[in-house]
Amino acid sequence: MRLLRPAGAVLLICLVALAVLPWFAEKYYVQLFTKIMIMAIFAMSLDLLVGFTGLVSLGHAAYFGLAGYVLAFAAPQYEAANLWLSLALAMACSGLLALAIGVLVLRTSGIYFIMVTLAFAQMVFFVFHDTKIAGGADGIYVYVKPVAAIAGWEPFTLENYTHFYFVVLALLALVYAALRVLLASPFGRVIAGIRVNEQRMRSLGFRTFRYKLVCFVLAGVLAGMAGYFAAAQFGFVSPETLGWHQSGKVLMMVILGGMGTLTGAVLGAFAMMLLELGLQGLPDFGGMEVAKHWQLLLGVFIVFAVLLLPHGLLGLGRLASRLRRKPAEAAE
Amino acid sequence: MSKNQAFDRRAFLKTAAAVAGVASLPNFAFAQGAKIRIGMMLPYTGTYAQLGVAITNGFKLAVAESGGKLGGREIEYFTVDDESDPSKATDNANKLVTRDKVDVLIGTVHSGVEMGIVKVVRESGTLHINPNAGAGAATGALCAPNIFRTSFTNWQPAYPMGKVLADRGIKKVVTLTWKYGAGEEAIEGFKEGFTKAGGTVVKELYLPFPSVEFQPLLTEIASIKPDAVFVFFAGGGGIKLIKDWKAAGLKGKIGLFGSGFLTDGILEALGDEAEGIETTLHYGDGIETPKNKTFRLNYAKTYKLQPDVYAVQGYDAGLLLAAGLKAVKGDMSKKKELYAAMENVKIDSPRGAWTMSKAHNPIQDIYLRKVVGKENKVTGVAHKALSDPARGCKMG
Amino acid sequence: MDANTFLIQVLNGIQYGLLLFLVASGLTLILGIMGIINLAHGTFYMVGAYLAFSLSQYFGSLWLAMAGGVVIAVAIGLALEWLLISRLYHRDHLYQVLLTYGLILIFEELRSVVFGDDVHGVAVPEALRASIPLTETLSYPVYRLWMSAVCLALAAGMYLLIQKTRLGMTIRAGSANREMVQSLGININLLYRLVFALGVALAAFAGMIAAPVASVFPGMGNQVLIVCFVVVVIGGIGSVKGAMLAAILIGLVDTFGSVLTFRIGGVQLLPELSGMMIYLLMAAVLLARPEGLFGRRG
Repeated sequence: MRLLRPAGAVLLICLVALAVLPWFAEKYYVQLFTKIMIMAIFAMSLDLLVGFTGLVSLGHAAYFGLAGYVLAFAAPQYEAANLWLSLALAMACSGLLALAIGVLVLRTSGIYFIMVTLAFAQMVFFVFHDTKIAGGADGIYVYVKPVAAIAGWEPFTLENYTHFYFVVLALLALVYAALRVLLASPFGRVIAGIRVNEQRMRSLGFRTFRYKLVCFVLAGVLAGMAGYFAAAQFGFVSPETLGWHQSGKVLMMVILGGMGTLTGAVLGAFAMMLLELGLQGLPDFGGMEVAKHWQLLLGVFIVFAVLLLPHGLLGLGRLASRLRRKPAEAAE
Repeated sequence: MSKNQAFDRRAFLKTAAAVAGVASLPNFAFAQGAKIRIGMMLPYTGTYAQLGVAITNGFKLAVAESGGKLGGREIEYFTVDDESDPSKATDNANKLVTRDKVDVLIGTVHSGVEMGIVKVVRESGTLHINPNAGAGAATGALCAPNIFRTSFTNWQPAYPMGKVLADRGIKKVVTLTWKYGAGEEAIEGFKEGFTKAGGTVVKELYLPFPSVEFQPLLTEIASIKPDAVFVFFAGGGGIKLIKDWKAAGLKGKIGLFGSGFLTDGILEALGDEAEGIETTLHYGDGIETPKNKTFRLNYAKTYKLQPDVYAVQGYDAGLLLAAGLKAVKGDMSKKKELYAAMENVKIDSPRGAWTMSKAHNPIQDIYLRKVVGKENKVTGVAHKALSDPARGCKMG
Repeated sequence: MDANTFLIQVLNGIQYGLLLFLVASGLTLILGIMGIINLAHGTFYMVGAYLAFSLSQYFGSLWLAMAGGVVIAVAIGLALEWLLISRLYHRDHLYQVLLTYGLILIFEELRSVVFGDDVHGVAVPEALRASIPLTETLSYPVYRLWMSAVCLALAAGMYLLIQKTRLGMTIRAGSANREMVQSLGININLLYRLVFALGVALAAFAGMIAAPVASVFPGMGNQVLIVCFVVVVIGGIGSVKGAMLAAILIGLVDTFGSVLTFRIGGVQLLPELSGMMIYLLMAAVLLARPEGLFGRRG
């Protein structure tokens, strides 16, 4: 049971802040926040697996990247694909891949699970990197952004970067709400039970394998949604979007933000991406190019975060209040 | 409970305020007298870091020789480390094009990253000069008026080796490379040149990138017993192949040839294993022209390093931009004239003079080189004024 | 392919597998005995290679470099365990993954700061530079045969240590039940520190002896890491025997996968998909035995 649940008011404020951003920010920052929100959806999909079901997947990017490739295939060259159809197709393909891999990897647990998810994602990476299926190592283009037409009526156009931003924002809110509802439902209770003690759940008569598989596939489908828009944003997909570095990055976001809270995943996505940007813009210090070695700082930050923040960034609040309480107690 | 909420809310609001503040900085109008914004998107960390540095050095040397100004205007640099990561390519290119609003984007080394840049600049129309990445598509199927290259296509250095080998009476060749764009395009180039001159490629061997387990493939080559082997590898892969080749006893029994990148920049890490290996490339050691001698001297004096083919490519990118801006007197809004000037340029390069093809790729001499000691000594010209066929390019 | 070539390819596969075993053995020990998943394992391999490079330049001899390198690697392992790893025993695997990922970033950047980003080569020691002619065109480097011998010797040593010594018995007991061993008065913390240091040293040593035949370059640890994971999954966590068998299997599959040609209905499967072969092997093992060939159930 999570002790830290930001009240609806805080969430609403954040949503409003994001909603009014395009009126204050330049094109680059709108696009940047679009990218961050896409990663937040990706992170939430992984949080479903990691934080709520207790399945640590190190190969989640496979479903993210696959959706991008599906979009590239679905888009006829130099023309636009239909958004609704291609998005559904991409998410379905990611789901199918998750089903195929899930059936195999869910036979393992614990450390094995972590390693096999990584290895299978690597396999998918090799298929796209080494073969001519999709442009190989140099990647493939989505020449024109998908068109959101329904029988001729276009409610918005993805070519406009502000429209694109709002579509992603809407999806972020939608996915968040949907996951909250799902996790509060009986299904969600079973999932929570499986995370805490799978044996017990099984002895209570639940077919835990099925529940885990459903979660795995659902997480894959949502990752596919994120991957679709990531590919659509700049129109370039490369095998690295399937790679384990991408998987590692999103896992870091989830853990750093605070797993099992959904909000933590979103916060982690914002924190990691803004942190990366910030570290890369650091000025030189004592003659040494600090910004060049930003990964060192990131690594150190991660190590400290693990040691000092057992519940991720959301746990910062708890840490702060604990520190504040100590002097008060001493004064008594 | 409220304390935690307050922290959470405060932290977020602070971040949001900071971002909003930065985002609302005024846009500067770009008057003609203003500085030219040049974006450098290159790898400054990772395996290709050396190449990124060499290209940057070469470019800045050309600018310095032009008096520190191009087209009469001063320069402001914006640098992004692309880490040779294609998944961040469009983000990084976008940083330069949309956030920093550069007038020119110079980059990059890795072909996968280059494809990301090409996507972004084709949409934004930003002038783009590629000082290395050899992906054929950039001046092929994806060619565009605002995209120029001062390096090579993967096909270019490999193609002439075909005729060179055929002329020596070599009939059967096995090829070997990594399974990625650069390797595949190079092998295609060689194959085209070799079969045209009457030879046969009996087997094409591939290794998944970046594996360097050559043993099984060397065993295979030994059992096939071809007249020669043509390879494409670079960097660490090149070192290992050359070492493994010698250790497997193949050196001296079967000829080993390659695209120049096999032996470029790695001879320091080898003993005598590479002695005598012949390669083809658009640069080499011992080009005795005054331009090359001056360039090498100046480069060594400025940077305390010896220049390599990457430095030359970066230098030529500077020369190209200088020539273009001179023609339009620094007015970058005159795009047609600028591109025309850059298209019709004749670059007096350390590698030898070269001109620009219609697809915006160098038409240049490809040299035959041989490893002598720690140098790739130029022994002749394998092909004069070779132009990449630019298949799929719809320009000109 | 003819019989000669086939045999030589088998030799190639086994030799590659033995080197893989050396690197993976450290990983499986740390995983099996301490329950720690160490993503930075490939980085230690890289550290070993760079140590071999720099120390052999400093000492002028690869032998001294290896000796010195092992000492340094053990020191690094002890320090890391004491400072960081020991705080992770009671925490979720997730945090081990995250922390060791952070370590990868730190070590890679430190390597960049200290050694730069160049690609380097390390010379094979004089004594081992010869090659044994096997056919009229192909010779086999003596150094590779020596490497295989070393791997086998270390494997035998590990087996003896774990199965036949009191220390080994304590380690095995500690992995089964940490608290029990502690209550028996044995210093389990020191034990774990030693095991971790051993694992790190094994990975680094593998990097050192592989350095003359591989090249030393940034990011060389990444590919090794993933293949190690496959070895451990196939062999079974904690089983040195399993790691050996799995490594040899993978060596053979990888070797033959890259030279055989195989088509089905016009689609060239091999060698196009040779990079995927070891993962298909892993999938097959998982279907049959999810805990690996020699892993413990549950």
